[in-house]
Amino acid sequence: MIGATDIPLWAAILTAVFVLGGAALSLTGAVGMLTMKSFYQRAHAPTLGSTLGIGFILMASIIFFSVTGTRPAVHEIVIAVFITVTTPVPLLLLVRAALHRDRSQGSPEVPGAITIVNGTVRLIGDKAIVISQEDKVIEKD
Amino acid sequence: MSVLIIFWAVVGAQVLLACAMVIGAYRMLFGPKAQDRVLGLDNLYLNATMLLLTFGIRYSSTHYFEAALVIAMLGFVATAALAKVLMRGEVIE
Repeated sequence: MIGATDIPLWAAILTAVFVLGGAALSLTGAVGMLTMKSFYQRAHAPTLGSTLGIGFILMASIIFFSVTGTRPAVHEIVIAVFITVTTPVPLLLLVRAALHRDRSQGSPEVPGAITIVNGTVRLIGDKAIVISQEDKVIEKD
Repeated sequence: MSVLIIFWAVVGAQVLLACAMVIGAYRMLFGPKAQDRVLGLDNLYLNATMLLLTFGIRYSSTHYFEAALVIAMLGFVATAALAKVLMRGEVIE
């Protein structure tokens, strides 16, 4: 704690609350990733840390470095924008790859892909029916 | 007083983040499937980014910020590449 000797009390309390809150949210997400049953449930849990957790810690960093004045504190916005933009993309790729692998292994955990050889699917009300080329209903639901 | 508040808050946050990193490392080492390992690695680098930011607050240093940014970028690339490996079996087609 070299440069923090002149920080006012309100900034110290605000920084402490944001830092502890961000770390606690991140740990909550990690515990969810540890304890949930299937992979598709586990993929949701760490996003708590990647959105709110890192947001709180970046907010604490902005407050701290703005008040102590060691540097203008807009650099954290770069990390915030970067994490917000780049978190969903690898997770989407990862879940699609996992779904592909589970389907190719014939896992009963995931529904199979819909393959319709000869016919079209029409939505009537809230039911999907398969209609063959001669306009004949061959499979319902 | 304010120095003590910030010091102990940051130390507590670092302990919590270290626990989260241990959980992520457990998922990465003992994950039942390959996709669980990639998810654990993703969580591990995210918590490492946050840990470096808290180190920057603790030592009032500006050098930790660049390291956090680099870890965030490399983690994004690593997760995307590993997801592609799981999907196709190769990175560059």
